[in-house]
Amino acid sequence: MKRVTTRPTAPSPIGESVPRRDGPTKVTGSATYTVDVELPGMAHAQILRSPYAHARIRSIDAEAARRHPGVVAVVTAQDLPDVNLLYGHAIADHPLIATGKVRFAGEPVVGVIAEDRATAAEALRLIAVDYERLPFVTSVEEALADDAPIIHEEPGEQRSHRGFEEDIERTHPNVCSHSRQAWGDIDAAFEGAHLVVEGEYRYPMCYAYAMEPYTSVASWNEGALTVWSSAQHPYMVRDDLARCFGLPRGAVRVVVPFVGGGYGSKSYTKIEPLTAALALRAGRPVRLALTVDEAILTTRGDAATVRVRSAFDADGHLLGRHGAIHLNTGAYAENSPLVGRKAANRLGGPYRIPALQVDCSTVYTNTGPASSFRGFGAPQVTLAGESQMDEAAELLGLDPLEIRRRNLLDPGERPWPRARGIDADLKADLELAAEALGWDDPLEPGHGRAICMSASDAGSEPITTAMLRVHADGSVTVMVGSTEIGQGSSTVLPQIAAGEMGVPLDSVHLLQSDTGAVSYDRSTGASRTTTLMGLGIQAAASDAREQLVAWARDAVAQNGAPVVEERGGVRVAGTFHDWGSIVRAWFGADAGEVIGRGYLRRSGATAEMPPFWEIGCVGVEVRVDETTGEIDVLTLVTVGDVGAAINPQLVESQDVGAAMMGLGMAIREELVYENGNLLNGNLFDYRVPRTTDVPELRTIVVERGDGVGVYGAKGGGEGSLNPVAAAIANAVYRAAGIRLREAPFTPERVWQALRERDAGR
Amino acid sequence: MHETLEIRLTVNERSEAVRIEPRETLADVLRERLSLTGTKVSCDAQVCGACTVLVDDLAMSGCTFLAADADGRSVRTVEGLARDGRLSPVQQAFIDHAAFQCGFCTPGMLMAATAILEEHPRPSRDQVVHGLEGNLCRCTGYEPIIEAVLAAADAGTVDEGVAGW
Repeated sequence: MKRVTTRPTAPSPIGESVPRRDGPTKVTGSATYTVDVELPGMAHAQILRSPYAHARIRSIDAEAARRHPGVVAVVTAQDLPDVNLLYGHAIADHPLIATGKVRFAGEPVVGVIAEDRATAAEALRLIAVDYERLPFVTSVEEALADDAPIIHEEPGEQRSHRGFEEDIERTHPNVCSHSRQAWGDIDAAFEGAHLVVEGEYRYPMCYAYAMEPYTSVASWNEGALTVWSSAQHPYMVRDDLARCFGLPRGAVRVVVPFVGGGYGSKSYTKIEPLTAALALRAGRPVRLALTVDEAILTTRGDAATVRVRSAFDADGHLLGRHGAIHLNTGAYAENSPLVGRKAANRLGGPYRIPALQVDCSTVYTNTGPASSFRGFGAPQVTLAGESQMDEAAELLGLDPLEIRRRNLLDPGERPWPRARGIDADLKADLELAAEALGWDDPLEPGHGRAICMSASDAGSEPITTAMLRVHADGSVTVMVGSTEIGQGSSTVLPQIAAGEMGVPLDSVHLLQSDTGAVSYDRSTGASRTTTLMGLGIQAAASDAREQLVAWARDAVAQNGAPVVEERGGVRVAGTFHDWGSIVRAWFGADAGEVIGRGYLRRSGATAEMPPFWEIGCVGVEVRVDETTGEIDVLTLVTVGDVGAAINPQLVESQDVGAAMMGLGMAIREELVYENGNLLNGNLFDYRVPRTTDVPELRTIVVERGDGVGVYGAKGGGEGSLNPVAAAIANAVYRAAGIRLREAPFTPERVWQALRERDAGR
Repeated sequence: MHETLEIRLTVNERSEAVRIEPRETLADVLRERLSLTGTKVSCDAQVCGACTVLVDDLAMSGCTFLAADADGRSVRTVEGLARDGRLSPVQQAFIDHAAFQCGFCTPGMLMAATAILEEHPRPSRDQVVHGLEGNLCRCTGYEPIIEAVLAAADAGTVDEGVAGW
């Protein structure tokens, strides 16, 4: 790892690569995940799923299953008249269990609760469902045909204050949402153009493959509900559960143990309402642990078709960009309307564009629902936008780096009116990547290099609270709603607290992601936790110190002696008093504590949206095998422009992980539907990167202190995924003279393109 | 009631006698009957390696290994790697190199790495890369894991592995 640091110094241990605090528990097997939660009397659920993509349910005969020894209860939608069955983050269109019809193959139809999983699985085979099959659509083209079957006869209720606030204009009954991003005079831009580049680019349906499949445990007690779940956003899940079961939010407790990978796929509510409904009817605690094959059907990423035209002047300056994006969002909206909004925002990329108009529709199809997935629209549209930059460079006779230098936004420049100015030095990042990749070094035949960039409006919403308690012995408890999904929040957040309180890291303890115990945080996603919860903790620490200084004046200083705050305590008349001694003096006992509070909202430094820009800057060198069509990614350069790296080792780890995930999606990963069924819904046939796929890595972590967070921090962990497919496509063009516009770039597609190239000669 | 049988096996050097159903896998028995929940199940199809345990010193997928076949054999799991409260070199190297994020693949990854180091006390990078090809990790991009295993080899591997150097 190379570090480029120009930010101001921060108090230790902020900025230090301290070991992950979850290390010992994770390497000894004692770390608790939701599947390890055991409750007295807990029963186990299995789900009968629809074999059909689109069908009406005529009847369900579950009598034999109910009588099967060991079965506790069998639950269909008809057994839940007291539950509001519809949930969904942006649009409440998703029944927690099929009601009347099924909209994708794999939709839950019946839940069986038994003494153990195997018995529940046996009972599933005793259930007979009579389906009336309906015509189905699995592609956007089919779904938008005039005579397409309608997937949602009645539109679901659009939810307010969920991030997607636009009026939904349904130009076709299968359109789920529509977003437009536009500024400038688009017609004039294209009329005055020297060059217009035009193309259609496709990004596949992908599966996040969090290795821990969705798992929830639900328990009812005196009308209050407790749910343990593998969820990224416990407070969002709490609110949805309260809505489904008609409970006050305070009566619902959501606890998130360690999460076995998220990548956005565990954002928002998934199987928690179903698990809670099963527990309600079972009258016992219930665990629902999906298999990976079921998890693939539960959430995937939005596939995209991106038609885009870019207008340039003779010097390669962008004049305008016009785009039409269609996302295949599957059977239910989930959070795809917001993915669509962000895809529209992100097609412009990190460039100065005088005029832009992008329309993005999310479209219902009879496939497994799509929702949040690392990058959130950016990987899909960056393939299109960054391919066009290289296509234009070639036609204008410019170096691909030079055309980028001429168009990249300057620090502080607003990508669109009223957006926060860019909080990064994009041109400097580009040069760092070029140097690391050896841009000007001679290329071997069959090799190609490319560098691609992205800028995402990230950070979600600045709605965050934090509590920081200083105990009588001077130790500190930090309480936050953020989850530990592997990103390292359980290490980084205590680092910030220790630095801000001036106490040793060992004396800081973190309690997180339990809505019954810690205070509100909107979500753990959009790369927001280090930045926004970091600010929340900084505010809570400041509040605690302010109270402690006042207590020192009250209980430590004699005769109005001045109290001077120092790192970790105060000095009074030449004597240092640490925080613990002030607590003890104020309470007059070895007891008590001070409670610091931090609140963050759209105000002050976090008034402008987005809270920060997440930068992607990736370089690759590839070799193309002309015989097999295989792409070998030889070198991968990542530039993690994170403003301030609270823990550089963890930043590097995020960047490498993100880029490798992007590599998988660029060259291999794709969910394939045929006849309404997912063909490759398992880990045999959906191949994710392995150790043998790791290229030579060159990582750079950049800290210029230009983010809104503590010491200039801003988010990372998605940026290095977003430009990978585009970088590989552009490098392959330089290596082999073929322009790949449809990911993944499988050997078959590459081989086909090579043959077409040769035929054209 | 389903038919049951009793198996006797050694788990992390402790003798165990367990009454099981023939359909139970080794991962089921470890997790549900012996409360050794460190072993995780992910793909449930012998692809991902999350459930890797050592059976008579060979790395096996606990999700597809029938528990009945473990009768009379010696099984090691992630819970048995640390000795007297001291982490094994490979466990320590995983912490030093941040060779995990979410940690769900880590128990299986550690067992596979332990098997590699027992077979090749000073493995080449290639031996580590190919030895871990059957263990998936979606968080780290693998590089820190490969580096950790190589570093653990340099630090001295478990027990008898050290002697031959």
